[in-house]
Amino acid sequence: MNGALLEMRGIVKTFPGVRALGGVDLDVRAGEVHCLLGQNGAGKSTLIKVLAGAHQPDEGEIRWQGERVRLTDPQAAMRLGIATIYQELDLVDGLSVADNVFLGRERSRFGLSRPAAAQRATGALLERLGHPEIRPGTEVGALSAASQQMVSMARALSQDARLIVMDEPSAVLDNEEVERLFAVVRDLTADGVAVVYISHRLEEIRQVGDRITVIKDGATVATGLPAQETPTREVISLMTGRAIEYVFPQRAGRSATTAPPLLEVDHVTVPGHVEDVSFTVAPGEILGLAGLVGSGRSEVLEAVYGARRPATGQVRVDGARLRPGDVASAVAAGVGLAPEERKSQALLLGDPIYRNITLSSLARFARGGFLSVRGEKQAAREQTEALDLRPVDVDREVRTLSGGNQQKVVLARWLLRDCRVLLLDEPTRGVDVGARSEIYALIRALADRGVAVVVVSSEIPEVLGLADRVLVLAEGRVLADRPADALDEHQVLDLVMQGTPTHTTEDDAA
Amino acid sequence: MSTPTTKAPPATDARPRRTTAGGLLSGPAGRNMGLVIALVILCVVGIVTAGDRFASTDNLLTILRLAAVTGVVSVGMTFVIIGGGIDLSVGALVALSSVWATTLATQALAQDTHWVLMVGTALLVGGVAGLVNGVVIAYGKLVAFIATLAMLAAARGLAEIIANRRTQIVQDQDFLRFFAGSPLGVPTLVWIFALVAVLGWVLLNRTTFGRRTFAVGGNAEAARLAGIRVQRHTVALYVLSGITCGIAAVMLMARTTTGSSTHGTLLELDAIAAVVIGGTLLVGGRGTIVGTVLGVLIFTALSNVFTLNNLSSSAQAVAKGVIIVAAVLLQQRVAAGRRQRRSPKAVPPTAAEGGPAGASPGVPAP
Repeated sequence: MNGALLEMRGIVKTFPGVRALGGVDLDVRAGEVHCLLGQNGAGKSTLIKVLAGAHQPDEGEIRWQGERVRLTDPQAAMRLGIATIYQELDLVDGLSVADNVFLGRERSRFGLSRPAAAQRATGALLERLGHPEIRPGTEVGALSAASQQMVSMARALSQDARLIVMDEPSAVLDNEEVERLFAVVRDLTADGVAVVYISHRLEEIRQVGDRITVIKDGATVATGLPAQETPTREVISLMTGRAIEYVFPQRAGRSATTAPPLLEVDHVTVPGHVEDVSFTVAPGEILGLAGLVGSGRSEVLEAVYGARRPATGQVRVDGARLRPGDVASAVAAGVGLAPEERKSQALLLGDPIYRNITLSSLARFARGGFLSVRGEKQAAREQTEALDLRPVDVDREVRTLSGGNQQKVVLARWLLRDCRVLLLDEPTRGVDVGARSEIYALIRALADRGVAVVVVSSEIPEVLGLADRVLVLAEGRVLADRPADALDEHQVLDLVMQGTPTHTTEDDAA
Repeated sequence: MSTPTTKAPPATDARPRRTTAGGLLSGPAGRNMGLVIALVILCVVGIVTAGDRFASTDNLLTILRLAAVTGVVSVGMTFVIIGGGIDLSVGALVALSSVWATTLATQALAQDTHWVLMVGTALLVGGVAGLVNGVVIAYGKLVAFIATLAMLAAARGLAEIIANRRTQIVQDQDFLRFFAGSPLGVPTLVWIFALVAVLGWVLLNRTTFGRRTFAVGGNAEAARLAGIRVQRHTVALYVLSGITCGIAAVMLMARTTTGSSTHGTLLELDAIAAVVIGGTLLVGGRGTIVGTVLGVLIFTALSNVFTLNNLSSSAQAVAKGVIIVAAVLLQQRVAAGRRQRRSPKAVPPTAAEGGPAGASPGVPAP
């Protein structure tokens, strides 16, 4: 047993017509960070729901400290000391931090609540988590995502959790916040608490993980791998069932910069976000914007797209000036945006694929305002085939698609419009490792067709691998504008860290 | 679409978000079937309890004539609600339009020209009031509930001021004769309702305007970033609703031969109730005209059956309340069942890479 805190053996969970889990094993030791890896749809979420008592397994056994247990409901799991911090935090925005921590287990005496006691206890928990700056009386809705996560952690600790499951905790955090989260995780494990850590980011797992379990297609394919030593290539191939040879597509051989620019951004300033940013993008060129969260990279895209009105400066497409702060005129000029939050900003999740694809080109399928649905579906089908979007059935609701395929729906929307300038904000967020290279290849193919592409990504290797030219941003300013092959990850990081504009030219960099 | 409005059915597990919005309302056909069944049951009850008094052509036309006014307003309301808004001011706008169109000045002018002028006035007043609603909501960023609540109060007040709290008689006999007619044996008012419903259906389901309405109500931010002028569209929706109020005002003027500041009292509640039992989502993004029309007919038939059986209007009101809750509960069950039957496709067991179900848990709720 070697002191396993939790053992799950042969867990099977079937939903009507679907075998979501077909025999998963997982064992977690006290005081370790156990990383759970798998692509979207591999069964991670079902597994943690079984562990949280939200789903009942059809087969298999769960042992807690060697004893066989049944987690009949979430309360049962909580009583054992299993706490789950979901990706979408389950906090009540309108209540205070202390109220949230003790929600459902309010401290009371003679039927009267005892806010002071709850606040004291909450304060102590937050202190233990190393975040004494979060005040127990603050409304949770006013806190940052990172702080809210800490409130969830405090809630877990208040229940004497021995095992904390964290579902993609870093997805909403910037680098610094991730570092602080890791510090908290390390403190917890030092106290003997076990953490099951789920993330898409392999580099995080290297930093914080002890052991790795990989699940694929609802079954465990590897368990107990050492997190530090297992080669990335091996982890990826375990998850995808194949080794990825070339993640990034070849750059176009020609020097794109000689062509006259298609997109020109001139001294754009958005107060508080973007300070006097200028750049140009030629047709066929991919420009990457690198920078930390809050560096203004998304805001630059939004200003170009008209989703955010710049105070000064102008944006020109093919020489024609765009009306500032007007998305429709940008779209009319051939600009398209694939926003960061795909689900909330780009997609009509409950609508079929074809309606999502034609949303920006409705006029094309209309005669006198009347739509031709047949024409729409035909056009959508051509796009989905061209993009290898699965399933091909354009009547399927978009919510049933994987992250990668949802992103393809957004891309298809702009391809259908023949857009000439494509703005991509975190194009591979929530996309599986396997599907990423497909998206990269697609973006490159678009550029090769003469589209000017601007890519924002928080993953520096992605920017460097994909783009022809890279703009490094910090605090809304452009720190460097160089060819991607003249930069490496360390240089970008150095630039971002020092935070002051350097007027180095390309010659210096080389 | 993650607005957790439908917290009502706390599904057996901890994932209410998945059971919200869009999923509840997959195919409209199945749910309309439920409404048709409800209507049939009502008719059977009517025939059993009132016999020929219910099952006569005259009575059928009476039901349709009574349904017509609410029906027209409900069509406009359907657009507003699908577009993510609400219009509480419809009853007051009907009153204001009817009063404005029957003032001495308007009627005198109509006398000199043509009674169509009265119709035009009613439509214009409704449309302009709708424009005010729309501008305040879309550009003033006021919550629709509040903005139209304010319009409800103000418009009825204005109607009272203009009418000086008196009922204004429609003088123009040509006007009354036209609307009292029954081409092909069907009252003109019913024709108007049918026309508005058909035009509404076409507008919603066959035009870019309709598609944009769904998009704006389903996900306003996505619609905006897809290049749709969301604010302008929102204004158009309230104008549309206001115009249907103008039409309803004309119909009421014809039916009652008066214009009055008390016309259309509580009409907004009848319209919203009809739209909701018709399966339109109150958060927007989903809904049908057919459902709305059926909803209106169900309420009117219900009240007709009760009246024929000499039951009080209070009993009617209770029955109405029960029907609203029952209908919505039923819809949710049906939708949930359909979701489950369809879900196998959503997550193939051999989830290959690039496979199913987004970044969120790719598994259907049990």
